[in-house]
Amino acid sequence: MSFETPDDRRYLESHEWTTTDGDAVRFGISDFAQDELGDVVFVELPDAGDEVTAGEEFGVVESIKAVSDVYAPVSGEVVAVNEDLFDAPELLNQDPYGEGWLIEVEPAADADFDALLSPDDYRDQIE
Amino acid sequence: MIYDQASYTREEEAQHEPLLSEKDETTVDVREESPLPEELTRDEVTLPELSEPEIARHYTRLSQMNWAIDAGAYPLGSCTMKYNPKFTEDVAANPDGAVHPDRSSRSVQGTLEVLYGLQEYLAEIGGMDAVTLQPPAGAAGEFTGIRVAKAYHEANGEGNRSEVIVPASAHGTNFATAALAGYDVVELPSDEDGRVDLDALEAAVSEDTAALMLTNPNTVGLFERDITEIAEIVHGAGGLLYYDGANLNALLGRGRPGDMGFDVMHYNVHKTFATPHGGGGPGAGPVGVVDELAEFLPTPRVRETESGSGYERFEPERTIGKVQGFEGNWLVLIKAYAYIARLGDEGLADAAAKAVLNANYLGERLDLEIPYGPYHHEFAATSGDRDAADVAKRMLDYGVHPPTTKWPEMVHNAMLTEPTEIENKSSLDDLATAFNRAFADDDETLENAPNRTTAARIDQTSAARNPRLSWQALDGE
Repeated sequence: MSFETPDDRRYLESHEWTTTDGDAVRFGISDFAQDELGDVVFVELPDAGDEVTAGEEFGVVESIKAVSDVYAPVSGEVVAVNEDLFDAPELLNQDPYGEGWLIEVEPAADADFDALLSPDDYRDQIE
Repeated sequence: MIYDQASYTREEEAQHEPLLSEKDETTVDVREESPLPEELTRDEVTLPELSEPEIARHYTRLSQMNWAIDAGAYPLGSCTMKYNPKFTEDVAANPDGAVHPDRSSRSVQGTLEVLYGLQEYLAEIGGMDAVTLQPPAGAAGEFTGIRVAKAYHEANGEGNRSEVIVPASAHGTNFATAALAGYDVVELPSDEDGRVDLDALEAAVSEDTAALMLTNPNTVGLFERDITEIAEIVHGAGGLLYYDGANLNALLGRGRPGDMGFDVMHYNVHKTFATPHGGGGPGAGPVGVVDELAEFLPTPRVRETESGSGYERFEPERTIGKVQGFEGNWLVLIKAYAYIARLGDEGLADAAAKAVLNANYLGERLDLEIPYGPYHHEFAATSGDRDAADVAKRMLDYGVHPPTTKWPEMVHNAMLTEPTEIENKSSLDDLATAFNRAFADDDETLENAPNRTTAARIDQTSAARNPRLSWQALDGE
């Protein structure tokens, strides 16, 4: 089975993605991750204004199979949270790179996007 | 499929049957004389008004929609779903035992004698020196045991020990227990044989180690052969060795945790001694300890009086306090006592031997691979690239309860199977047939299973996303 791994973002080994452009970036989980998890039934996210730290957990995604922490690709301050997920967690399965985004973060000055996996590296990992 | 709604929701005219008095009313005025504030009261309540046969049929129908050990094989690995002999119910129902616990020791000598006897039985079976019967469930027993271990360390000026080591394959309650007791959990990987990795253990222990929690045989049924070395490593670092009694039923009469070097343990009386599984109801999870830890046990315990003429309650000197009222759940404990008393030494050893024999016979008959062995009272088969939950649901169609699925995680698509000692050969053969047929069925059949049960495949996703938690939510369907 092949999974989508859009070229316009970067990834973590633990299957999170982040966009890289603009004042604020978005975090989410990959197509591979949503497929592994199966039907997502519950999502727990931080509040706007909270700080997240690269490599540390910032939320929880619960499916019928497992409860998983999700990790921040880069450090920064949360500026928006995808509240649609609270009523419709299935968006994570249906559109993991679009409507299924998790949080929007204003990256810290020292946020290091280059340390993250490139789309090619991530594809190698999941294949 | 017809879900049987609670019958009192019917709006039919009141029905009476000859045995019930005609004076029963549908509604009762409850307002009068109520001491409650007005906003909390109702003018009237509707009470059920059904005939006795209707009630009997309603509950019998519900029971038939369910699966139970009294209906057939129930090989749920780790859970040990064994038959609860009915004589223990008779013993528990004896009105002579129905005394309120808040009475003087002198007036409840019979009760105390049974409790003392059970403490002694359990101490002997586990190789422990002292036992508390107070914890109301296995998980509560774990918590009590680890709290006792913590009190012991604190009393020795070693309260700074901050870590509890738990094998990756352990029961989830072990991790929860350690965390709830305020410890950091250190997860220990298994070696390639599925047992504790001694090198990893050496690396994990330190002056921070408070305890290692271990299940033996472990959660895939393997005996930890290196238990002596394990005990030396943990004790060498100043830690205590905790025995999770979940699988003690495999060792009865053949091995005792105390002899292996364990310092503290809990007993799952529902698994080992055939008391009912709690399921949130009253249960019991006694805890045994070696002498050094006895003074920290919960209060009260029961002992013989100095003169030896009777029994009394007493408070251990440096008790951690109470974890439940009085001496624990008496009506569960007396069933465990009765079971042990009736089986005796030979009977208990025989139960363990048959549990191991049954698991090994069943395992041999399966077409599924069993990656780890030699196993004792349970085994973790794998359904390979077939989804274990699908195979399990299909087994329901073949008239048996499936095993525990997808746990422990060290086995891919695990089907953790424990037939217990109660099944005979033909029942084990039926189980094997159900396993093998389900495993051989095509994908489509598996994905649509079960279809010969009261309820077809449950839509887990919808249930989790839109839970409907009362009968009212079923209205209009």
